Amino acid sequence: MARLLQELVESFRIAFGQIRANALRSVLTALGVIIGIVAVTLMGTAINGIDIGFNRSLAMLGEDVLYVQRWPWRRVDDWWNYVNRPPLEVETAERLNRVIEATPESLLEVAVPVATRGTSVRAGELRLGGVMLFGTTGDYARIVTTDVAEGRMFNDVEASVGRPVCVLGSTVAENLFPGRSALDQQVQIRGERYTVIGILAKQGEFLGLFSFDNQIVAPLNAVRRQAGGRANLELRVKVRDKTRLAAAEEELSGAMRRVRGQLPGERDNFSINQQQAFKEQLDPIKAGIALAGLFITGLSLFVGAIGIMNITFVSVKERTKEIGTRKALGARRRTILLQFLIEAVSICLIGGLVGLGVTLAASLALGALLPALPIAFSPGLMAVSVLVSIVTGVVSGFAPAWGASRLDPVVALRYE
Amino acid sequence: MVIRIEGVTKLYRMGAETIHALRGVNLEIRRNEYLAIMGPSGSGKSTLMNMLGCLDTPSAGRYDFNGKDVARMVDDELAEIRNREIGFVFQTFNLLPRSDALHNVELPLIYAGLSPAVRRERALVALRNVGLGDRIHHKPNEMSGGQRQRVAIARALVNHPSILLADEPTGNLDSRTGEEIMALFEDLYEQGHTIIVVTHEEDIARHARRVVRLRDGLIESDGPVP
Ligand SMILES: Nc1ncnc2c1ncn2[C@@H]1O[C@H](COP(=O)(O)OP(=O)(O)OP(=O)(O)O)[C@@H](O)[C@H]1O
Ligand SMILES: [Mg+2]
Repeated sequence: MARLLQELVESFRIAFGQIRANALRSVLTALGVIIGIVAVTLMGTAINGIDIGFNRSLAMLGEDVLYVQRWPWRRVDDWWNYVNRPPLEVETAERLNRVIEATPESLLEVAVPVATRGTSVRAGELRLGGVMLFGTTGDYARIVTTDVAEGRMFNDVEASVGRPVCVLGSTVAENLFPGRSALDQQVQIRGERYTVIGILAKQGEFLGLFSFDNQIVAPLNAVRRQAGGRANLELRVKVRDKTRLAAAEEELSGAMRRVRGQLPGERDNFSINQQQAFKEQLDPIKAGIALAGLFITGLSLFVGAIGIMNITFVSVKERTKEIGTRKALGARRRTILLQFLIEAVSICLIGGLVGLGVTLAASLALGALLPALPIAFSPGLMAVSVLVSIVTGVVSGFAPAWGASRLDPVVALRYE
Repeated sequence: MVIRIEGVTKLYRMGAETIHALRGVNLEIRRNEYLAIMGPSGSGKSTLMNMLGCLDTPSAGRYDFNGKDVARMVDDELAEIRNREIGFVFQTFNLLPRSDALHNVELPLIYAGLSPAVRRERALVALRNVGLGDRIHHKPNEMSGGQRQRVAIARALVNHPSILLADEPTGNLDSRTGEEIMALFEDLYEQGHTIIVVTHEEDIARHARRVVRLRDGLIESDGPVP
């Protein structure tokens, strides 16, 4: 045991002496491994980043909210099956809530009607376009993930009478009332005056596409009165237990069919959407990145492994006489095998560490340039890189090291 | 009794040709002998030496080292004997070029599994014994041929072997330096070491107490130095 330890220490010593003495050769040899490790870690970082960014955005939609709408959140090839679906109404929500209440141990909590439309908004001289206007009831507070930062949400009475009050997203508030509080101020939406009674906390962008802070929430009846019924209505249904989303979706589907009075065998005339649908669309993108990354990694590691095998063969050849001398002094086969294996592994490890450093620097630089980009450089990736480097070293160094260990000492000593 | 060889032969096959490097050699060497092996080039001196040093195994015949049959040993056992029982000195010194004298001398002790502190201490003693106590951090290319051979001798002796084997130890040295090395061997012999030297120089062989002459793979004569 002591002997193995001393041999290992000596092997590392030889390996690093050898690498130092042939620095350029070693670096060039390690290049394949460096590229391989950079590829695999960059890929991992990208996929992690996408996942984190995506989950962050999806959380804004509400992990425990199901959306009942006319259209599904995916591309459809048979649009004609959807266009004639009946629109969702406020009564649909009311009847749905009655069904939910009547169901013992329902997985659903409440259904909230939400009308959405794009609009522009004015306050004095300032005008803001491309704002999402949500018309809804007092239950809205129960389904959204945002808190009201200032002021309050409108209550059920205000909602049902359609009082012209509104809650602003943080971006809207900042833009229309720069440097002062928007609370109790008036805004004009399509010519009608609304009083600001609350301001939402900041949420951030959804997938970098649009901002959740660029919204206004107002009583549904106020919005509908104005829109003349043209606002697009959807139902948002809160689920009691988000770990049982699938079962909840099933219950909701049955409840909707009862509300709609649909016959058995008849196709649903509504769609139930949830954030999961987005996730599934993301999977092929992630798979594509993984495939490309693995391909580049595999290719460069293969090339790197061949280079290291070659350099180890050269190293064995150059030091044949030294191998003979070491054997004459009592080195066993195992000793020689270890010596050259460790040399190959050391080159790979150095390559792997350089690769990790490159990726780390690249992600730090990218993170500084684009702060919105979620960069996730995980310890798991580091472990994988080190492991991959070691395996590459062992695989590529084994054949030459084995050959060296089997050399006949007399033949090796005679080698010139 | 250290070594007994009986009817040892060694064949090398070179394609269709078979070379008889040794054709049946009998030899006994006792503790604290000083033996010179002589003979013309190609007579099998180095082959015999490699056999004695357990670097090679006989094609036929029997070789007992300290009463154990070497022919039956596996590779690791042979390595063990080379490490503990035999000290090699080569004509071309065979030092590791990038290591200093101290590390070169420590090598056999590494393979013996000794700790760094013990290694260092014993290597220092061995280097002092060959008169190189002030050169321990010199690399081989920073030393003269004679000094290099002294480092090699220190390395051969550092693990206290039963025998010291030297194949033409003065072959790469001028005659004065060669004499210095032989004087060192004389000291070692007087301290009780067993020494076997291969040489084809009569002047060198005269230092030994017994001379074995080889010719064409056979022992031609074996007797005390006149
Ligand atoms: N590995 C080998 N393969 C083939 N033939 C060999 C091998 N080693 C030695 N021989 C042959 O065996 C014979 C004895 O060689 P050896 O090296 O023992 O001679 P030597 O007495 O040491 O000669 P020198 O004084 O020149 O060193 C020679 O004919 C040589 O050609
Ligand atoms: Mg010879």
